[in-house]
Amino acid sequence: MEIVYVYVKKRSEFGKQCNFSDRQAELNIDIPPNPELAEQFVERNPVDTGIQCSTSMSEHEANTERFEMETRGVNHVEGGWPKDVNPLELEQTIRFRKKVEKDENYINAIMQLGSIMEHCIKQNNAIDIYQEYFDDEDAVEVTEEAPSAKTINVFRDPQEIKRPATHLSWHPDGNRKLAVAYSCLDFQRAPEGMSHESYIWDLENPNRPEIALKPSSPLVTLEYNPKDSHVLLGGCYNGQIACWDTRKGSLVAELSTIEFSHRDPVYSTIWLQSKTGTECFSASTDGQVMWWDIRKLSQPTEVVIMDITKKEQLENALGAISLEFESTLPTKFMVGTEQGIVISCNRKAKTSAEKILYTFSGHHGPIYALQRNPFYPKNFLTVGDWTARIWSEDSRESSIMWTKYHMAYLTDGAWSPVRPAVFFTTKMDGTLDIWDFVFKQCDPALSLKDNGCFIACGSQLGTATLLEVSHGLCTLQRNEKNTASSIFERETRREKILEARHREMRLKEKGKVEGRDDDLREEQPAVNLEELVSKAEEEFFDIIFTELKKKEAEAMKSKLVGALSGGLGGPGGSQGA
Amino acid sequence: MAEVEETLKRIQSHKGVIGTMVVNAEGIPIRTTLDNSTTVQYAGLLHQLTMKARSTVRDIDPQNDLTFLRIRSKKHEIMVAPDKEYLLIVIQNPCE
Repeated sequence: MEIVYVYVKKRSEFGKQCNFSDRQAELNIDIPPNPELAEQFVERNPVDTGIQCSTSMSEHEANTERFEMETRGVNHVEGGWPKDVNPLELEQTIRFRKKVEKDENYINAIMQLGSIMEHCIKQNNAIDIYQEYFDDEDAVEVTEEAPSAKTINVFRDPQEIKRPATHLSWHPDGNRKLAVAYSCLDFQRAPEGMSHESYIWDLENPNRPEIALKPSSPLVTLEYNPKDSHVLLGGCYNGQIACWDTRKGSLVAELSTIEFSHRDPVYSTIWLQSKTGTECFSASTDGQVMWWDIRKLSQPTEVVIMDITKKEQLENALGAISLEFESTLPTKFMVGTEQGIVISCNRKAKTSAEKILYTFSGHHGPIYALQRNPFYPKNFLTVGDWTARIWSEDSRESSIMWTKYHMAYLTDGAWSPVRPAVFFTTKMDGTLDIWDFVFKQCDPALSLKDNGCFIACGSQLGTATLLEVSHGLCTLQRNEKNTASSIFERETRREKILEARHREMRLKEKGKVEGRDDDLREEQPAVNLEELVSKAEEEFFDIIFTELKKKEAEAMKSKLVGALSGGLGGPGGSQGA
Repeated sequence: MAEVEETLKRIQSHKGVIGTMVVNAEGIPIRTTLDNSTTVQYAGLLHQLTMKARSTVRDIDPQNDLTFLRIRSKKHEIMVAPDKEYLLIVIQNPCE
């Protein structure tokens, strides 16, 4: 029911100001209660209400008054003077002081304090308690721990048919990536369906390779461009050189033409230091070393034939297996051959004949690794047959230092980039040896069974293992550079002396021979290897027979002695035999 | 009286000693070898510091008491020998 109040206003009074006034209350409407409505409701008994019994508390907020802080300085002025003394008057202060000094307390106190004080002063003068001992020595690297290496990661060839890992190359910007080349080097024994792919692994992820490189023929060697980390150079099994750009994908970016490439697998490729950063050279067992420019791989820029007789005959050429190039000596490079000879060559020579400077021979088998010492480039390491040898460029007759003959063939070697006296070698039976010749010269410092701080090691099953070498082997020791260089010098001197003696002896012989037939003698050594062999055999058997005869004679003699001396007890006759 | 003189002179003559002063409990310098303003400064500051040091030592162990206070700074070492009424202060340059 609506309550409505009606009022009337004149139109002319609209908008006028309101005048409020008071008036009495008026009853507008009166609604009495309706008892019938009460039947629509039911009385509820009992009624549940929640109550709480607790102390009633009230909440009140208060804010402390602001605590004001101030920083003040204190200016010291003379104070504490007794009232009768005026601090400004010199006479009064002096008098006061004199009075204090006469005080007995004062005298005793001073005597006592004086003795304590003197003690401390003398202490100060005697020893400087804050003196730094051993200030100028660097933190001593306490390498008491035995050298050790720890396997960090193993990168397995994801292919089903396993292929040996033939070459490894680190990413130039630090140790994040590793490029591994896989190929089967046994002649024509590559199994059917063997994949040609080679991989780039990211060190963090050993499960899957990061990028796969797909050449047309398996890669024997793979190298990152030290200047441009996206570019890789690979040498193929069929003799071609291939170039990849990882930004462009896994297919070959550039490939050299078959006609001008090598005719045997390319065993080694190295990038050169050049302004364009695109030059490289490659070596193969067909006896040629070729220079290339990546931008134009259709033809090599230069070809050198490894013929030591300097006649440029391909037939006489020695197959090249390893290459060495040091950016600090840009005009020289070295080639290790299948025949066990290292050839040192000059790039800038005008004719090919002058390219070959000198040769170092000493190995009995192919030289699988060849590397200059990063600290002393005059010395280099070669690894081949059953030994590893260190050579100095000055002594050409033989190596200055070499390891003993091992039981297994040595397959690869490298210098440590951090320590000049440490190098690593790998053997066919699966051991990785770490040699430290400042520490021990006849045995490796550490031998590791398969499967500069990180080494990556490739194996025959195609797994690449990443090792972390112990601290002691990868930090430069004090004096190590000096020690290593003095060892090198000492050995070089020894070789030189030996060389000089050999030369003298040869000259003497020549002098003797020149009295007789010169020509015949000079040509003979080059010819008739068979004669020499048969001669050697004869001599050998002669020596054996004489030894045997000597022994028999002795046996006879002792028998006679035994028979003569009679029963002296004991088997005197059987001594000689 | 003469012994006091002798002692103080001996202290002053040691190697490296820059200055010596005796201050009483009220902070009045009785004897000093340095100029007045420096003396006054040292006296006021070191007095307070010695009181603080002494109270620290006694708070930790009431049976204990401060016998000597040495402050070594970059330039020199300040040594304070406290007594009930007086303070003997010596500034030394430790030899190095």
